[in-house]
Amino acid sequence: MVDTFFLAFAVLTIVSAIAALEMRSLIYGGIALMGTLGGIAGFFILLDSPFVALFQIAVYVGSIAVLILFTIMLVKRELIFQKKEDPKRRYAGIGLMLIIMISLGALIFNSGLSSITTEEPPVDYREIGKDFLTYYWPALVVMALVLSSSITGAMVLARRHDGVEDEQRTD
Amino acid sequence: MSNELIDFVIVSVALLAIGIYGLSVKRNFIRMLFAVEIIINAANLNLVAFARFLPHSGGQTFALFSIAIAAAEVAVGLALIIVAYRMYKNIDVADFRSLKG
Repeated sequence: MVDTFFLAFAVLTIVSAIAALEMRSLIYGGIALMGTLGGIAGFFILLDSPFVALFQIAVYVGSIAVLILFTIMLVKRELIFQKKEDPKRRYAGIGLMLIIMISLGALIFNSGLSSITTEEPPVDYREIGKDFLTYYWPALVVMALVLSSSITGAMVLARRHDGVEDEQRTD
Repeated sequence: MSNELIDFVIVSVALLAIGIYGLSVKRNFIRMLFAVEIIINAANLNLVAFARFLPHSGGQTFALFSIAIAAAEVAVGLALIIVAYRMYKNIDVADFRSLKG
């Protein structure tokens, strides 16, 4: 049986995921995406993983959503409200979504997953820290390098080259 | 704990399907990025749910790695959006002609 918090988080997550994709304004869509990410953080708390939940809130709700909102504000006003879609493609997309939901859902309901419950105590978050610094330390170093190089790459990409903009439109 | 593993997996499947719908239908670059974020979050939810029910700390560690890499991916994606917007004055992926081979 599910509890009330689970139902509330499930409704929040799925409704705001749909709203993020379907809202007319991209800014409201970005705010709805924050709702989805916050709902996922709530699920992490329900799963007794407070450390991952805090990380999710700090990284996703705190920084990524704000970064997305600022990028949206850099874009012209008409483009924020523009919604060009092929209706045929839209119905095909909805069909694809329903097929994936029904087929994967049926697969999961018929598998042995439905009988899995646990009475064991949750993993202590101190173990995660130990894992990071012992078994996973090479991955941690590689992740730090990937993060710093991608941020440098993003800054180089987004840098403004003065005088280049006019000749790029000569298609 | 009253919730079962299958409840979390079903929510994750629903989020995955919504994300795939967004990726296949939307032509706005920023909305496609939203869809990618939703799919990544569905994957993270699955990782943490299985880690809780095993129970094993590996799933949480992997979810933390995944969140950090997703942050890097969003930074690069938004920089690409800014560059493309500067070049084409638009964020519709159908207009990005030089990306077609």
